[in-house]
Amino acid sequence: MRDFALFEPTTIEEASSLLAENGGKATILAGGTDLLVGWKEGIATPKSVVSLAQISGLDSIAYDENTGLSIGGMTKMRAIEQSSTIRNRYTALAEGASEVGSIQIRNLATLGGNICNASPAADTVAALLVFGAQLEIASTYGERTIPIRDFFVGPGESSLQHGEIVTRLVCPPRPDNSGSHYIKQKIREVMDLAFIGVAASVELAHGVVADVKIGLAAVAPTPIRATDAENILKGNSLSESILEQAASAAAEQSSPISDLRCSAEYREDMVRVLTKRTIQASAARI
Amino acid sequence: MKKHLVSFTVNNDQYDLLVEPRKTLLAVLRDSIGLTGTKEGCSTGDCGACTVTVDGKSVTSCLMLAASANGKAIKTIEGLSSGSSLHPLQHAFIDKGGYQCGFCTPGFIMASKAFLEENPNATEAEVRHALGGNICRCTGYTKIIEAVMSAAELMRSARQAR
Repeated sequence: MRDFALFEPTTIEEASSLLAENGGKATILAGGTDLLVGWKEGIATPKSVVSLAQISGLDSIAYDENTGLSIGGMTKMRAIEQSSTIRNRYTALAEGASEVGSIQIRNLATLGGNICNASPAADTVAALLVFGAQLEIASTYGERTIPIRDFFVGPGESSLQHGEIVTRLVCPPRPDNSGSHYIKQKIREVMDLAFIGVAASVELAHGVVADVKIGLAAVAPTPIRATDAENILKGNSLSESILEQAASAAAEQSSPISDLRCSAEYREDMVRVLTKRTIQASAARI
Repeated sequence: MKKHLVSFTVNNDQYDLLVEPRKTLLAVLRDSIGLTGTKEGCSTGDCGACTVTVDGKSVTSCLMLAASANGKAIKTIEGLSSGSSLHPLQHAFIDKGGYQCGFCTPGFIMASKAFLEENPNATEAEVRHALGGNICRCTGYTKIIEAVMSAAELMRSARQAR
């Protein structure tokens, strides 16, 4: 295994300039659960590694009624899964985080890492899509904020530029009469990647859907929102026929591939099944 | 490559070491400090044989750089017993036969310790789920789970006695 230089900056500015100085040769180390595996397998061959672990304030979880949920990019998956605020108000995100690896992995893996690897199957991303997360990104050139929906470009590719660091995620406050859920289709109970991941958030008012968001993982080149299905549901009650229509529209909007886990046809059909199930479970939580 | 000065405690002993950036915590525990109770199985975080606790939380030490452990308190299987008195988990693994070849045992015990300290009243289903990141190649899961459930009981009564 190739050796590398390790930098442990204590500020974002320092980290960003180290990444810039080292051109395309530096890699960010967050939790390391993907980077170290890639490095051991010879897929990642960093010459310089910039660890974000010594920068304070990047691993906090805060909730404010007016501004919503704010999570530092270096927050561990296990902390997200165990946060009572996230479990109560952003349930699908806690469920997504709890699906990553094992407890040992979740004590290392970070939310920022799960997002920035840009895997179409990332367990937290379907939930972050339905909660309308905004990513706060810092670099030596300043800061920018973008919706997570615009962040992903393709499998393993995001719009993150060299020298940029995802410092925080902010999700807007949750309405009272809403519920959310994430379902991961998998073979093993733990330590498995999603065949299909579906997250939903449902807000009901007087028995009809006031708002709904559906996020799909592992069924397109990037995690996506099933907007056609959302539009079918809005303004309607959750009747069997409306649910069926919406679920089919979600399947229609997916563009899965066949791989060693399962076939494209299976994935598409399971999007239909799981979308319906996820919406029903979200509504049952209200 | 420039070595990093890393200071941490392992089983309450202080260590100040110069380590190469590429050394994992697992490599330093085994090769530099000589604590070979912690095992290397897959080395990609899948098998859990390298589980230790860092500030009380279980981690796969094969996926953590030793440099990242600076300032932390690490506990390995060697630090569980106090003198000749075994930890309840060690007792239970012996009593219930919770091992065959023994290679996965330190990882199972360290993962169980961290989980039971957080969840002293865990059900068997919860324990099985929590140990999903540990693999036993001898397929001895039934006895392992029996051992952990029995240790949980021992740990609860020890807590009450205090």
